[in-house]
Amino acid sequence: MRLFFYLAITCGCLFGQHSFTVIDVEDGGRLYRANCTICHSAEGNGVPGIDLAHNKFRRAKDDDDIAAIIRTGIPGTAMPPNNFSDFQALTIVAYLRSIAAATAATTSGGDPARGKTIYDGKGNCASCHRIRGAGSRTGPDLSEIGNLRLAGELERAIITPDADVPAQHRHFRGVTKDGATITGTLLNEDKYSVQILDAKDRLVSVQRSNLRESAIVEKGLMPAYKDKLTAIELADLVSYLVSLKSVELK
Amino acid sequence: MKSRWLLLLLAVPSAWTQVTFDRLLEANKEPQNWLTYSGTEMSQRHSLLTQITPANVKDLELRWVFQAHSLEKFEATPLVVNGILYTVQAPNDVVAIDAVTGRIFWVYEYAPSPDAHVCCGRVNRGLAILGDTLFMGTIDGHLLAIDAKSGKPIWNVTVANAEAGYSLMHAPLVVKDKVIVGTAGGEFGIRGFLAAYDARTGKQAWKFYTIPGPGEPGNETWAGDSWMHGGASIWVTGSYDPQLNLTYWGVGNPGPDWNSDVRAGSNLYSDCVVALDADTGKLKWYFQFSPHDDFDYDSVQVPVLADMEWKGKMRRVMLWANRNGFYYVLDRTTGEFLQGKPFTKVTWTTGLDDSGKPVRIASANPTREGTLVYPGVQGGTNWFSPSYSPHTGFFYIPAWDNYSSVFSKLPAEYIEGRRYTAGAPRSPVASLRGPQVINRTEEEGYGAVRAFDPKTGVRKWEFKMADVTSSGILTTASDLLFAGGREGYFWALDARTGVELWRANVGGDVASGAMTYAVNGRQYVSISAGSSLFTFALRRNQ
Repeated sequence: MRLFFYLAITCGCLFGQHSFTVIDVEDGGRLYRANCTICHSAEGNGVPGIDLAHNKFRRAKDDDDIAAIIRTGIPGTAMPPNNFSDFQALTIVAYLRSIAAATAATTSGGDPARGKTIYDGKGNCASCHRIRGAGSRTGPDLSEIGNLRLAGELERAIITPDADVPAQHRHFRGVTKDGATITGTLLNEDKYSVQILDAKDRLVSVQRSNLRESAIVEKGLMPAYKDKLTAIELADLVSYLVSLKSVELK
Repeated sequence: MKSRWLLLLLAVPSAWTQVTFDRLLEANKEPQNWLTYSGTEMSQRHSLLTQITPANVKDLELRWVFQAHSLEKFEATPLVVNGILYTVQAPNDVVAIDAVTGRIFWVYEYAPSPDAHVCCGRVNRGLAILGDTLFMGTIDGHLLAIDAKSGKPIWNVTVANAEAGYSLMHAPLVVKDKVIVGTAGGEFGIRGFLAAYDARTGKQAWKFYTIPGPGEPGNETWAGDSWMHGGASIWVTGSYDPQLNLTYWGVGNPGPDWNSDVRAGSNLYSDCVVALDADTGKLKWYFQFSPHDDFDYDSVQVPVLADMEWKGKMRRVMLWANRNGFYYVLDRTTGEFLQGKPFTKVTWTTGLDDSGKPVRIASANPTREGTLVYPGVQGGTNWFSPSYSPHTGFFYIPAWDNYSSVFSKLPAEYIEGRRYTAGAPRSPVASLRGPQVINRTEEEGYGAVRAFDPKTGVRKWEFKMADVTSSGILTTASDLLFAGGREGYFWALDARTGVELWRANVGGDVASGAMTYAVNGRQYVSISAGSSLFTFALRRNQ
């Protein structure tokens, strides 16, 4: 919370084309928590395809769009209209922007070009990750990681990758009744089967009835780079990853 | 049997087509029809139809699908009267369908006011019928009477103010000549109530506030003026005992949900079952499951009424699996607590005392920083219908286990029409329609159908799912159990053992209770999933 206040003050509380006081942003947070979290969750990622705290929206292009949706809802969906004034809706937007800012960079001064060199070389990142069609699908695709994760989060994920593994990055490991091991990225599961992307990039449905053991794997999927990169190299790599923004599909 | 039905139809056509209250009371005598939300006014969601059996259920096949013009959750349980199926397309369109073919006879489209406020989806759970009239509550707080033959509205009354957050979600309950409904809106600071309306005219006959006003017994259980906005909503259909002339309803959580500082006291009648005189609405007794609730543990479950031998003598009991994680048996004549045991992981209490009151754990309350509590905000079960089978003697519960939330409490300020919850619970399991894929571990929560012996509280069997479930449970006299789950399957289980006998992939979250009916001697089973209603029957060579 202290970090949030600090950022709010030093950043001038300017979000989009509107400016707000710290109190305004706090009010926006109160409105958000009281009205929005049942669907969107406190973290802002409760609705598939939307991550409010990481500036990931499905329809809105700017702050005014978001505020309009908050007020009028989206007909035909679960997003209801709300009795907020324009200003109140914008304070909610300001709050969401502030969460994004509050988890922002702890690493700075990196050089994206040098970072790419580390990604391709010393880091050997492409052996597991993929960027715009190049590299492996074993780990998360990083083509738009700059939109999805903030610098501080990326830095932590590189240094201590086991500390916080999002559910969508879990792996599956199973041993069939005849002793074969099956591993891959866990995509989905139900009572009877598990859907994975296996090490050979095949989408496979594994039947539980054919397995003698199985487990969801969260730890040890990525090596920790804590002692493998210098501070400058880390800053460079983070800087490169932050530069990876959305790809325009044509 | 079929020929006897035909004779009756020819002899007294008008009497047979009119759904009298006597027919509602004796619905088990005509199991080919499904005349109320839970099948009968005892709400056991148990059918006496036996054409589909454990031996032949493997031959069930899809007969028809009704795709709703709505992307909302399809939570309604249909009614079936003499081959006509009536259901609600969310939020409030009534549809009459040929129960054999799935062809639509008519659609009554209702456009709710833009002022409608709903916490958790623009949904409706079903209809009631009396005579030739259907009754529906709307998300903008109206009660409608609709001609079952033409789909034309007969009357429309305002039950409560939508702008202030009131809405109607559940299927009404018909008792004698009255239609009973209650108000949802517990997350908007309403003062909940139940009200009965004359079925012919729509004129209000009685009203019972679920939060007592000043001078009434129970008002002292609310600090200051917190009673004015204390929630205690009604959003699932109640039951009726004709011998006692009592109607039973589960009451929702107190508000604000997760910050109880402003409402010191036990907060009657939130999280209670109330037993009301069906003629006057006067309170006969109540039992509170979760006094001074901090976790949104609505007690809106369907009151399941059963008559059984209890410690050597026949007793009129009520079976109740509560969102707070405990399963209860109450005497429904007096409200006496007979038994209560946890049916899922519970960490907010050390257990129930001799009167059934939970012993709270002080450290398990919501805090500003957040407190981990089992069961999580959606509860050990929720609004999804349980079932009681007099044939097996088991009580069947749709359960969530290993399910938790971190409950955070925030400042509370009431502003009319706005959410008044004062907190932000977080959980590994999405509350509503979450992602279409799951990648959770079993330790993060799973769903199950669990069968209990109500006399001992002993669990007899469990059918585990990978995901959680929002599905109700249907049992039949042939010892079948039908249920679904969020992962998109609809199952038939052996009601005595829990063994899976048949399943269909219905491709979407099952968020309703199955029902069964028969037309021309053929039994059907219907379930809604995603945005569609699916109906199955045995292959013709059966």
